[in-house]
Amino acid sequence: MRPRLSDITKGVIGGIAVVLAVIVIYLLVDNRKLFANTILNGLTLAGLYFLVASGFTLVFGLMRQVNMAHGSLYLLGAYIGWSIARATDSWFLGVAAGFLSMAVAGLLLQTGIFRRMEGQDLRQTLVTIGISIVAADLMLAFWGGNTYQFEPPTWLAGTVSLFFVKYSAYRLVILGVAVLIGIALWLFLNRTPMGMMIRAGVDDRAMLACSGVNVQRVFAVTFAIGAGLAGFAGVVGGSWLSISPGEDTRYLLASLVVVIVGGMGSISGAAIGALLIGLSEHLGLAYWPTYGVVLTFVIMVGVLAFRPQGIVGRAA
Amino acid sequence: MSVVASPGAASVVLPWSLRPIHLLIGLFLIVYPLVATPFWTVQIGAQSLFMGVIALSLMFLAGYGGMVSLSQMTVAGCAGYAIALLGLNDKSKGLMFVHLDLPWWGLIPAAVIAATLMATLIGLLAVRTAGIYTIMITLAIGVAFFYFTRQNYVIFNGFSGFAFIPVPVVLGIDWRAPLPFYYLSLGVAAISYFAVIYVARSTFGLSLQAIRDNPRRMNALGFNVYLHRVAAHAFAGVIAALGGVLLVWMNQRISPGTIDVGPLINILVIAVLGGLRHPVGPFIGAIVFVLLQNFAIDLVDYLLQGFALDVIESKRFNTLIGTVFLLIVFFSPDGLLGLWQRFVGWARSAGGAGGWRQNRSS
Repeated sequence: MRPRLSDITKGVIGGIAVVLAVIVIYLLVDNRKLFANTILNGLTLAGLYFLVASGFTLVFGLMRQVNMAHGSLYLLGAYIGWSIARATDSWFLGVAAGFLSMAVAGLLLQTGIFRRMEGQDLRQTLVTIGISIVAADLMLAFWGGNTYQFEPPTWLAGTVSLFFVKYSAYRLVILGVAVLIGIALWLFLNRTPMGMMIRAGVDDRAMLACSGVNVQRVFAVTFAIGAGLAGFAGVVGGSWLSISPGEDTRYLLASLVVVIVGGMGSISGAAIGALLIGLSEHLGLAYWPTYGVVLTFVIMVGVLAFRPQGIVGRAA
Repeated sequence: MSVVASPGAASVVLPWSLRPIHLLIGLFLIVYPLVATPFWTVQIGAQSLFMGVIALSLMFLAGYGGMVSLSQMTVAGCAGYAIALLGLNDKSKGLMFVHLDLPWWGLIPAAVIAATLMATLIGLLAVRTAGIYTIMITLAIGVAFFYFTRQNYVIFNGFSGFAFIPVPVVLGIDWRAPLPFYYLSLGVAAISYFAVIYVARSTFGLSLQAIRDNPRRMNALGFNVYLHRVAAHAFAGVIAALGGVLLVWMNQRISPGTIDVGPLINILVIAVLGGLRHPVGPFIGAIVFVLLQNFAIDLVDYLLQGFALDVIESKRFNTLIGTVFLLIVFFSPDGLLGLWQRFVGWARSAGGAGGWRQNRSS
């Protein structure tokens, strides 16, 4: 149902592509190592953002519910994963714990709280803001203000020669995992009965319920997957960057911007948004250090001004 | 309970009649600083008033316009930065890179105009979206401005911002002194409060509320939905700016920390805590918030020790305010105001004196 692009739009897109190509060639000639590093970092960050934002966007698309506590799920998953990994000395157990604990937390949130205020968008949003305030403070009380860092398994610690640079193998693995999960999510949504129900729910929740599907079960599964992915991303991202108070807001905002840019409720939108935001963040850091952080928001404002529903989003 | 559920949000605009309780509250607000200590006058009294003013701007947008904006603190902060940049500050840094040192009668309008422009720009973007999208977009814009002020040293002096921003001496009165500052805040709060009530009952306010309830129909009737909403953002911007001027005068400093994510969300907490249905709600919310902020810390730490959490170093204020916020959102979507009205309605009906609504409208 994609609308046909008008000639003007095609021209604009073509123009942007030419300008981008010129810039890329210039940057490559100027300092190819820096450029390659920046692009790889940007792609890795995009992978991480995709992991966080895909859960966020799924929950929104299906339940019309903005989970402002999504960042808290990321951070809590990271903390729990860290504690488990330290106690058991196994990074993989940490990853599993991050995913499972947050999936359970998501289930509890959905069945215990959101189900009781279905259809009240604003109230749900306010509740999740309240939860994120309390959660951030309690995590600070429990884990303190220290910065933690995971030790990924040693066989992931080396570097790989790629393009013109030696690049951390672990970061490439993050990128690979994000791509794999993206494919898995696509397969799950497009090739399984449950995925079919979720997609149907995104399109028309009431009709799905009328067809005899237990919508509450679909909601619970979606929320568990979304929350679990956030926790998973917490451990994976915490092993690359670090875990500290304030990361919850950072990833909540990243998810917000990614899904606003890409289009709410769409997995492919989350992927496109994550790519744009991840790349621009690192390009900004490398070539425009002072205002790099503002760049992502400029992109968001630009997209909003011309396509309020996001790049691949449909009008709500 | 039907007493509570029945008034739709549209019934916000009740014909306003003076009752003894209003006179009592007015009298209390005027006499209060004469009997209170400076701490209670400024830290509690004046701060509740201007935080209430900033939250009032959100109440106007959310209650009458149906647009929940998280960037009201950004607008207030913009006014604060304008006061620092166009007046005096410790960094001898101005918008034009010289000390402009505008006199107070130029400074205040300039700050309000700057912030209103900012609010209008935010509005132009935000009203392209609706409902929960608006919350997210205004949050993102607010955070973008926060990052910008933190990174920009040429104008905004980055992380440390500005300090030693003087409060003008007008009519021979030092407005920084506790008593004058309190009355200044009270005056601004009263003007904003009545302005919101007046605007809500004006043609513009009524069409805004109609747009909130049914934008499509209003559009069909020939109302410009988009412009009404942007204008609402601009009007709320004026109010938030006034609150921002008071905020920067009380602290005598402004930095990106003033407009960080936490403060942005605090404004929402205050407004929702008090209630979004009537302009008095934000002020009630602000009083509760400021009181909790100042006095509840010891209480919470004591309570949390039962859970063996590390509380010696940290202040668990956020846990408390977040929990109060959650409880309010859970049990009374209309905030403390709604809780109070429910209580009054219950008391009246229990006493057989008829419903609260009936009583009020007579």
